[in-house]
Amino acid sequence: MPERTIRVMVAKPGLDGHDRGARILARCFRDAGFEVVYTGCHQTPEQIAAAAVQEDVDLVGLSCLSGAHRALFPRVVELLREKGAADITVIGGGIIPEQDIPLLREAGIKAVFTPGASLESIVEWINSNIKPH
Amino acid sequence: MDATIKKICAGDVRMASRLIRDIEDKIPEAKAKIKKLYAHTGKSFIIGITGAPGAGKSTLTDALIEQLRKKNKTVGVLAVDPTSPFTGGAILGDRIRMQRHAEDAGVFVRSLATRGALGGLSQSVGNAIHVMEAMGKDIIIVETVGIGQQEIDIINHAHSVAVVLVPGMGDEIQTMKAGLMEIADVFVINKANRAGAMQLHTELEGMLNLSSKATDGWKPPVVMVGDAFEPQTFAADTAALTNKIEEHQLYLQESGKLTERMHRKAMTEIHDALRDSLFEPIVNSLTTSGEMKRFAEKIKNRKTDPYTVAEEIAQRFFKHQEEK
Ligand SMILES: Nc1nc2c(ncn2[C@@H]2O[C@H](COP(=O)(O)OP(=O)(O)OP(=O)(O)O)[C@@H](O)[C@H]2O)c(=O)[nH]1
Ligand SMILES: [Mg+2]
Repeated sequence: MPERTIRVMVAKPGLDGHDRGARILARCFRDAGFEVVYTGCHQTPEQIAAAAVQEDVDLVGLSCLSGAHRALFPRVVELLREKGAADITVIGGGIIPEQDIPLLREAGIKAVFTPGASLESIVEWINSNIKPH
Repeated sequence: MDATIKKICAGDVRMASRLIRDIEDKIPEAKAKIKKLYAHTGKSFIIGITGAPGAGKSTLTDALIEQLRKKNKTVGVLAVDPTSPFTGGAILGDRIRMQRHAEDAGVFVRSLATRGALGGLSQSVGNAIHVMEAMGKDIIIVETVGIGQQEIDIINHAHSVAVVLVPGMGDEIQTMKAGLMEIADVFVINKANRAGAMQLHTELEGMLNLSSKATDGWKPPVVMVGDAFEPQTFAADTAALTNKIEEHQLYLQESGKLTERMHRKAMTEIHDALRDSLFEPIVNSLTTSGEMKRFAEKIKNRKTDPYTVAEEIAQRFFKHQEEK
């Protein structure tokens, strides 16, 4: 059986326009051998979910610095489910207070990376948790 | 009809994108699916957008989507970006410029990585086009990677090719050789508000007047497209570009050239299928058996030569076929 390439999407929901972190993450994923679709800033959950389905990614990485993650991250998961795409894993990162993590996990965000997390640990998480479709 | 095929023909994005994925990952079942899908393909008009890195291809594609949607056409986009030869990974960034259409059900944007292909596209692009054709897209736009002179495989897949040039980017006509300049059905001088645009236009027209294309029934028009950050003029310019491409489509239909292009496309598809069904299985089996390595050793030590090796392999293969 041929080996599949992992496809991921990096998206920035919400209003903050600082995408340096997201760009660094995208490059790091490329260097890990993934195909990375990058959608840029200011994305609505609707745009993100639609793009994830069109691109057939295995994973969506959400990055949010504005504090709106509590509403935006769960909404992406919900929309993917509505589209019959619950098998697309959603993870999140950015400036996220510890106390918000249980809420996000409950909502179906499979992993949450706070600013202290190293890029390697994120790649490692993907490699051990994502089995391409 | 196969359930997957039925869904794709009904426009199901998830099924379609998954099949494209299976094609990219060379899953054997994908070939069987394409066979079944094939009868439903071939009705879309395929536009190729090509040009140097950063010329504005994705921004123009986004604008074309906008124009075509105004005309109630459904649009598929295949946007190709390069795979890193070192890690096998890729950043697929074309989509950023087109995200405003993400929620439009009449638009389907799918990014592809080159995965080692050298012609400015991905090996999977032909079949990915077929998947979008089966979905019933009126127009399919294929954006190539940023190219130089020689990565011109787009000509084998598109009906109409727009070559995007930018003034002051070293795109001086004198330095332009065969290849890129010969595949254009429409030229775009993009970022035409910049210095040097008029000169580029003049040089281009001069070149086109001398070329054989001038007498061929279709002289590639040169369309000036100004600053993408000036919404009003940009919309007018890209509307003009859309019209020129539609004029070319009409010309292809009325002159009979469309059937010529479709014939060329069919030839390419046979070549590609032969590569998939003949060449790749042979190479794969030699690699897994370790024979490839042994042959390479022998050639390296001058115990044999590549032609003798190739003949031996070919003979073995044909004998195998006869026995079958
Ligand atoms: N000033 C100006 N910038 C433009 C224009 N069109 C595109 N750009 C910018 O040029 C850069 C590249 O644009 P893209 O549309 O991504 O170019 P591309 O040809 O698709 O690039 P690759 O796919 O990487 O080869 C972006 O930063 C755009 O914002 C324009 O008309 N004027
Ligand atoms: Mg591009």
